[in-house]
Amino acid sequence: MKFGVVVFPGSNCDRDVAYVTRDLLYQSTRMVWHEETDISDLDVVVIPGGFSYGDYLRCGAIARFSPVMQQVLEHAREGKFVLGICNGFQVLTEAGLLPGVLMRNRDLHFICDRVPIKVESTNLPWTQAYSPEQIITLPIAHGEGQFYCDQQTLSQLETNGQVLFRYESENPNGSINNIAGICNRQGNVLGMMPHPERASDARLGSTDGLKLFQGLLKRVEALAQL
Amino acid sequence: MLRKFKAHVYVTLRPSVLDPAGTAVQSGLQHMGYEVEQVRIGKYIELILTAGNENTAREQLERMCDQMLANTVVENYRFDLVEVAIEMGGAR
Repeated sequence: MKFGVVVFPGSNCDRDVAYVTRDLLYQSTRMVWHEETDISDLDVVVIPGGFSYGDYLRCGAIARFSPVMQQVLEHAREGKFVLGICNGFQVLTEAGLLPGVLMRNRDLHFICDRVPIKVESTNLPWTQAYSPEQIITLPIAHGEGQFYCDQQTLSQLETNGQVLFRYESENPNGSINNIAGICNRQGNVLGMMPHPERASDARLGSTDGLKLFQGLLKRVEALAQL
Repeated sequence: MLRKFKAHVYVTLRPSVLDPAGTAVQSGLQHMGYEVEQVRIGKYIELILTAGNENTAREQLERMCDQMLANTVVENYRFDLVEVAIEMGGAR
């Protein structure tokens, strides 16, 4: 399975993601510069956290028009996997691959914390390695993580089981319905504010995030055996 | 011939969307003794563009706003447009 990690000017979690996929999971991984126009070799594209283009105008608003994003749209259209973490989630909503928007946190501060997250649905590759309703702990680090969408979109997300991760017990940023991560209708595009890549190496205290990547690998292995 | 236009673009939060930053500013103003009922914070963007005529300039601006300058999920926009003279003889 081949991973690509998109690097925008201002991305800062790119190497953390590559560390997980390459060094912990031994998967072929390459960094994808934002000006690249061919990513057809990749199975999974990860848009990492950071401050792409300095978060100017709105988080993700300028990154969305990078040359590589056209390719990411095509990659998603083909049903291949796209994961957006934190700033990556913001980029995916701006690009229209996921609905809604990430707004300034309710209490206006940047939050850097570890928070309990409930894994909602486990019938997708992203979450299949977790048990249903499992509560995990993941780091969050964001100033604009308040998920918002209109009521109609919200009820579609809920009805279709597109909410994969929800803040448990306390809502840190004011997200509507405590939403921490959603996927698209087809399930191949996931955006989440928590950082699974920062909770993947046991030496750093937690492996709660590693299962997300492992679930993805299981899926691809299953496909390979067909 | 291309003409030059200056646009003032105002991006504001939709009325249905909460503005915690605006609320914080409102409370600050109230602490100063002003009877402020509501504060909503938006963005103001100035840009200069060239286009064949005013209609084309307006169409271009609409697209810029829809595609990048505003996120219409939570924001509204409006703009004013004025034609400015093209300076002859190069830049000063």
